[in-house]
Amino acid sequence: MEQEKVVVSVNGVQYERMVEPRRLLCDFLRQDIGLTGTHVGCEHGVCGMCTILINGRTARSCLTFAVQVDGAEITTVESLGTPTNMHPLQAAFWEKHGLQCGYCTPAMLLTAVELLDTNPNPSRDEIREAISSNLCRCTGYQNIVDAVEHAAAQMNGGAS
Amino acid sequence: MSTKEKAGNGYKWIGQNMKRVEDPRLLTGRGKYIDDIVVPNMAHAAVLRSPHAHARIKSIDTSKAKELPGVILVMTGAEAAEQTGPLPCFANPPVAQPCIATDRVRHVGEAVAAVVAESRYIAEDALDLIEVEYEPLPVVIDPEEALTSSGDAVLHPDRGDTNIALQRTLTFGPVDDDFAAADVVVRRKMRWPRSGGQPMETVGAVATFDEGTGKFTIYANSSMYNYVGWLMAVSLNVPPHKLNIIPTIAGGSFGSKLFVHKVPVIAGTLARAAGRPVKYLEDRIDNMMSCDNHGSDRIYDVELALKNDGTMLSLRMKSIDDYGAYLQFGVGHWGNVAAQASGPYTINSVEINLTAVLTNKGQQGAYRGFGSEVNNFILERVIDAAADELGMDPTEIRRKNFIQPDQFPYKIPTGNVYDSGNYEAVLEKALGMVDYKGWRKKQEEARKEGRYIGIGPITCQERSVFSSTEFWFWNHEPGFALTSSPESVGLKIDPLGKAFVTLHSPFWGNSPETMATQIVAEQLTIDPADIEVTYSDTDHGLNGTGPGGSRYTVMIAGAIAGAATQIKEKMFKIAGHMLEANEADLELAEGKISVRGAPDRSVSIPDVAMQAHYFRLSLPDDVNSGLDANFVYDHPYTTMPSEDRSDLGVFYPIMGHMCHIPVVEVDIETGQVKFLKYVAVHDAGTVVNPMTLAGHIRGGTAQGIGSAMYEQFYYDSEGQLLTANFADYLIPTIMEVPENVEVGHVETPSPFTEFGIKGGGEGGRMGAPPAIAAAIEDALKPLGVKVDVLPITPMRLRELIREAQAGG
Repeated sequence: MEQEKVVVSVNGVQYERMVEPRRLLCDFLRQDIGLTGTHVGCEHGVCGMCTILINGRTARSCLTFAVQVDGAEITTVESLGTPTNMHPLQAAFWEKHGLQCGYCTPAMLLTAVELLDTNPNPSRDEIREAISSNLCRCTGYQNIVDAVEHAAAQMNGGAS
Repeated sequence: MSTKEKAGNGYKWIGQNMKRVEDPRLLTGRGKYIDDIVVPNMAHAAVLRSPHAHARIKSIDTSKAKELPGVILVMTGAEAAEQTGPLPCFANPPVAQPCIATDRVRHVGEAVAAVVAESRYIAEDALDLIEVEYEPLPVVIDPEEALTSSGDAVLHPDRGDTNIALQRTLTFGPVDDDFAAADVVVRRKMRWPRSGGQPMETVGAVATFDEGTGKFTIYANSSMYNYVGWLMAVSLNVPPHKLNIIPTIAGGSFGSKLFVHKVPVIAGTLARAAGRPVKYLEDRIDNMMSCDNHGSDRIYDVELALKNDGTMLSLRMKSIDDYGAYLQFGVGHWGNVAAQASGPYTINSVEINLTAVLTNKGQQGAYRGFGSEVNNFILERVIDAAADELGMDPTEIRRKNFIQPDQFPYKIPTGNVYDSGNYEAVLEKALGMVDYKGWRKKQEEARKEGRYIGIGPITCQERSVFSSTEFWFWNHEPGFALTSSPESVGLKIDPLGKAFVTLHSPFWGNSPETMATQIVAEQLTIDPADIEVTYSDTDHGLNGTGPGGSRYTVMIAGAIAGAATQIKEKMFKIAGHMLEANEADLELAEGKISVRGAPDRSVSIPDVAMQAHYFRLSLPDDVNSGLDANFVYDHPYTTMPSEDRSDLGVFYPIMGHMCHIPVVEVDIETGQVKFLKYVAVHDAGTVVNPMTLAGHIRGGTAQGIGSAMYEQFYYDSEGQLLTANFADYLIPTIMEVPENVEVGHVETPSPFTEFGIKGGGEGGRMGAPPAIAAAIEDALKPLGVKVDVLPITPMRLRELIREAQAGG
């Protein structure tokens, strides 16, 4: 199958790769450039495991072709923080026990990043609305809402 | 042997809300799940799924698929069977399940061929080029019709001309006498639907066959690999020491990865034939149709015999359980029923009449509760029916029949023993948290306004820590009647005093590293930051039954206590030598061993560890170098069943308890159910980490909401699975769960376990379904709607409301 050139920025690093037009963005991220923090759950756009940011907006990388993001800026969980230097959202998920198996967590974090970018002080209902796009089979969601609320408070406190 | 660590309040680490040690790598996208495993020269596999529920495979033409560039291997089931035998099966007599169907497919989605290619894309392209000719056979979907199947409708003719896999009645105590003495017999027919764990990560394996050594190495996200993983070697036709299984962390299981054998065996078979390492990962449709782990699917006829004052005398249940196309775990699910058949009540006798049938559906496996959650549902429902009939409050009838705290350990009619409990205390706490009386008042006022509010208090059991006798005691011929279900731990203190814990069972979404860290920190007074927890592969593994049946925390606590005791004994011996003191005069605290009453005379754990590892000539003569221990901890309390099975023995004695009370409002125009409040009080004995236990309870409750209201593997009459994706199989989102599941704990420590811990991993899903059904029924009491069939979807609820209104 013919390949096309894709030039894309992922977490601030420029990548140039030849890909088949049908190659899914999730496979591109996980297999071609080795960022396995983005997970795949259903491959039909329902569960939200594969959520990443394209130019700052959440998107399902299992329903996006790699060639579609030519020229775009992609953000994945690997951009947020490290085990010894966590992003406030990661620290809040840890503090509030917002994860169990951890499989949905990268997607939940990026969904929360988008929310807090546009709404730094969301109500619990607004947090619920934002993460209603993503499934979590472990937690029952409650601690995730607590974590996002806690992170927002921390981030606002840090800014003032 | 370890001396048992008693329950108490003097703990430093046990009982703390310690942040999980698993989390930093998971939060930063650095967890290593099965699909993150890459080995050199690895190829990718995909399987062709049967579109038929029941058919003979007449012919398969793979020639076009083989010609596709990038394809390495195409394999039919018949070709796979030349090298690989049937999959593991615990039923007796066994039901033969090939890893890829050979001459016959028995459910939609069963594998009929597999492709190995340079990429998953090419492998899936090649699947489209395989031509299969099928001869359809009669399809059996209705479990009641399966009772009379014969001829071509029989799935496994080698087991006889029937789809009945097992039929047996077990009677425990004077059931007939108790029914004869009853004032009232309440009877309900009920239906529990087929659902499943459906973790967000599917099942996968990465297999390598080394021709030089003749040995397989398989990465897998299965549990039980150190318990019965060798059975996969048997399937692969190699001696068990020629298979090393390396566990990966699992992105959720909920039982469904209890023992996943098919995917690793397919990957191994393909890797050996292709001469290349092979990754095979189910996609979501594979997982929904063919993960071998659908949950219970039961039709019930239940009778409860009572006195007019509400005293429960006897329980009779007759059930048809639809096991699907195979029978990997036998009817072990009914051991779970028997474990707590009579619930928290002093019911005097029990009869269970079971008919297990085979149908053209994906086979049953494990799902959070393993069949005991269904018993909670039917028992609590029939008790609610009795309360209605006798005009009693649902809390009053329960309270009247509770086993009392001074009656423990308490032997129930089936023979199982409950270790401890205080059911009244749990109920009282929950009623207080929910404000039961207040809601009864609000309910009355709301009814005057035409609003339908319901309150659903239920009180039920969470058995924990299974013993393996339940795998076989239902069988007419027990078969391989194993009685061990241990858990093992390796504990090593390195020369610098750091602790290394080796677990022999995997992470599957729970918190084994955190639990092990807290318990080792408690036992050895080592700082949690100095404790490292890893998982063994099978080459280095000791017997580890793994998570399942809410056993992992109890069992690793036992194993750690055993290993830590040995380490402590050796440290005391060395420290005594170093301090020139009598061992009996030493004590361990805050990482130091000191002479009791003379804290200045002390050595630190690193001092002792350094001595133990490198200074042999300074050690006592009878002490070898090193500081390590392995401990295999057996089930703390289990006994054999009686020959005639009138007494099943003790097999699930660590008995948790819960009271769930949801308050709901039903919109009778749309069938929508809204949670106004939800309280869940649990007794899981001594709590190691309240935060993670509450996480289990809330997550389990969300799954229970799914089972009760939304989820169903729905097969049509042709055996097509109409809910084979997440758009049709409805897992609760945040919009379907209560905003706040208020969790309370009551602790009645187990006298049989280390620290008094009980299991608590499954409870939420074991309590929510009867509670929600009760709340909905209570809300609709003015209409007389009864909730006996799940899932009670908005559409189903509207039907019931319409029928009730038409009838009224």
